[in-house]
Amino acid sequence: MLRFLLKRLALLIPTFIGVTIVAFFFIRILPGDPVQVLAGERGVSPERHAEVLRQLGFDLPLWQQYFNYLGDIFRGDFGTSFASKRPVIYEFFSRFPATVELSLCAIILATVLGVPAGIVAAVNRGKWIDQATMGTALVGYSMPIFWWGLLLIIFFSGYLHWTPVSGRIALSYYFKPVTGFMLIDSLLSGQKGAFLSALHYLILPTVVLATIPLAVIARQTRSAMLEVLGEDYVRTARAKGLPPRRVVALHALRNALIPVVTTIGLQVGVLMAGAILTETVFSWPGIGKWMIESVNKRDYFVVQSGLLLIALIIMTVNLIVDVLYAVINPRIRHQ
Amino acid sequence: MKLMKTLMTAATLVALLGGSAYAKQLVYCSEGSPEGFDPALWSAGTTFDASSRAVYDRLVDFELGGSAIVPSLAESWDISEDGTQITFHLRKGVKWQTTDYFTPTREFNADDVVWSFQRQADPASPWATYVDGASYQYFDSTGFKAAFKSVEKVDDYTVKFTFNSADSTVFVNFPMDFLSIGSAEYAAQLEAAGNMGQFNTLPVGTGGFQYVDYQTDTVIRYKAHPDHWSGKEKIDDLIFAITKEPAAAQEALKAGQCDVIPYPIPGDVDALSQDPNIVVSQTPGENVGFIAYNTQQAPFDKKEVRQALNMAVNKEAILEGVYAGKAQLAINPLPASSWASDPAGTIGTYDPEAAKKMLADAGVENLSLKLWWMPVARPYNPNGKRMGELLQADWSAIGVNVELVSMDWPVYLEESSKVDRDGAVMIGWGADNADPDNFLGVLLSCAAVGSNNRAQWCNEDYDALIQKAKGTFDQAERAAIYFEAEKIFHEEAPWLLLAHSNQYLAHSKRVLNFKQDPLGFHRFDGVDVAE
Repeated sequence: MLRFLLKRLALLIPTFIGVTIVAFFFIRILPGDPVQVLAGERGVSPERHAEVLRQLGFDLPLWQQYFNYLGDIFRGDFGTSFASKRPVIYEFFSRFPATVELSLCAIILATVLGVPAGIVAAVNRGKWIDQATMGTALVGYSMPIFWWGLLLIIFFSGYLHWTPVSGRIALSYYFKPVTGFMLIDSLLSGQKGAFLSALHYLILPTVVLATIPLAVIARQTRSAMLEVLGEDYVRTARAKGLPPRRVVALHALRNALIPVVTTIGLQVGVLMAGAILTETVFSWPGIGKWMIESVNKRDYFVVQSGLLLIALIIMTVNLIVDVLYAVINPRIRHQ
Repeated sequence: MKLMKTLMTAATLVALLGGSAYAKQLVYCSEGSPEGFDPALWSAGTTFDASSRAVYDRLVDFELGGSAIVPSLAESWDISEDGTQITFHLRKGVKWQTTDYFTPTREFNADDVVWSFQRQADPASPWATYVDGASYQYFDSTGFKAAFKSVEKVDDYTVKFTFNSADSTVFVNFPMDFLSIGSAEYAAQLEAAGNMGQFNTLPVGTGGFQYVDYQTDTVIRYKAHPDHWSGKEKIDDLIFAITKEPAAAQEALKAGQCDVIPYPIPGDVDALSQDPNIVVSQTPGENVGFIAYNTQQAPFDKKEVRQALNMAVNKEAILEGVYAGKAQLAINPLPASSWASDPAGTIGTYDPEAAKKMLADAGVENLSLKLWWMPVARPYNPNGKRMGELLQADWSAIGVNVELVSMDWPVYLEESSKVDRDGAVMIGWGADNADPDNFLGVLLSCAAVGSNNRAQWCNEDYDALIQKAKGTFDQAERAAIYFEAEKIFHEEAPWLLLAHSNQYLAHSKRVLNFKQDPLGFHRFDGVDVAE
């Protein structure tokens, strides 16, 4: 097990270096620099432009900037945002809990609905219920998130007035954030109704963000179940007279869950991409919207360090999933 | 489902009950997060709304809903005979805001004024670079720095400014956000505590609303400054709920979650106006959209060619096709509401036949023109591509071969400024202040060739008039000089003038006395809400 873990950890190093290269050069390929973008129509004199670039260290050769950046990262310095003049790491972690809260709720919703939907479809393979479930999943998978979010807002918030349009909690609640997770903070605040309000504000964004992962999980569960249901040991279980429910729940599901767990882990990346759009529609104060704005402002350090931090988190989650996978499935760790 | 419904009802009920416990509250769904709370460091209107317009006052200010300059922290001022000195007589009894993080021991006085200017003017001041990498952008770049010589305290309630030359465009800087007055006492405390950065995160001013709390990208809370010199504001709690997606802001307004939204989508304005609970207001914007020819490039260096091109454009069609009718066609390079706009200016005539003849008379055949179209929507031009296509059609009709070109916005801005640029460029301008020089000088003077003067147009007569107007302090006299300059502009035709785009704003019916600001600020002084 230890060898397996070490091997996985060693693999992270090239990935990490790769991400720093992509993150660093990607934003610099885009034309324009932060000084010009900030100046807009007003323009900036060439002398002042050169001076600011020099202050920021952007006048050095690219490779030198890259190695300086790499050195800074290993010292734990992720740079300063050009737009806000605050450290990127501070800006990142002041927004990160909002994204995590939304993503966690979305992945829980997607799993809780997606796995049973997949099982039901697999067990009823070819029947109308299978086709309906998978048809819906296909629609969900193809849904443009931005449009879907606005549609839900217009219907549930605008027309039915069931849910709020945007934000994290009703404005009448006011307390200092402790953890940054609104569900927890609202409980800690002790204010009556705060938790329910936070939950209320979470519903629509969660549904929107969960849509694609839900479809993916449902389809993955179905195909994994179908494969397992055809295995010899399931036939044996059936042959020895176990009730169908027990066969599905005990023998088939446990084995089918292995690829499903991987899929759920892989959805972390999908969630990050979805979060960018979801956060924009719902004015959710997370990192997704912040990153997009920073690209537009050519805020180099925010984009490269933000990407790096997100990549680190995805890599960590994938590592955890791999380890879990090995724990569930001994064949992997003995390979 | 039942549980969900119960939950929702419960949450709504609690929210309603919670809401009624508050006194007068106004929710403004602002379009973005402020860069910081020290207005002198930043340049975005969003930041000014959240800092200077709410928390701070200035020596003088723009009148509510207009651009005339009215007394504020200064009750009166004198300008010396030669125009190089301005003396302000300060208001007495002005109280600083008392917050969790600062308790003032004295009232506002001349020390605060001197400090607020010195920190920006003096590179040796510890405040010159108190936020890493930030600079006093406006002070450095608007020409105020070049004009400014000194500021001195005459007595506790008199301050004298001295300038390097007589310049009538200097005074209009005083109501601008970067010259907001901060507390010297607060600054000294922060400096002593080694915590100067707080000046940009926890503001203290004399303005109508004081800062309570900001949660990143989410919500800013203010409460009325109880001892404001003009009396306490009628709103008790002012809340900026940051809502970046305009469509979501509109839904929030309809659902009653927002009281005011700053930028309704122009295409939705008509539908919003139908809502019985919503008021949509509009004002002609202090902006201008135009096409700048490169007057140093043959054959566009001939004014006849430029006049002919202008004559070939159907501006009414652009007004409908690009602006959806929500703009005013420009008769001068500056908004028609300005005192310096010559009422004799016209939008020009549309006559393709005459244009064709004029080109032929000028000896120009098979004319080709590159037209740069803007890749982004800006307040003065909502759809650059569409505008480009309309112009292409109009100019093709008189036999001009038009090639549409574009590039990424930051590159566009830089490349289009260059003197050797190939072609005419679509661009525009939004006013910083209401001074005519902000259009006529900044965009068309010889000094701005190679930067903001994208027509690369340097006309000595025009330039002399603009300089003369800068040295003239009498408004009527100054206006007469500008009228003359505008005549030269029309004759020489360095631009194809297009339009001043309207600005829209929507608010709920319960909001009273809200005045839309022509300069694009969102101010809540004087605003009330119905019970």
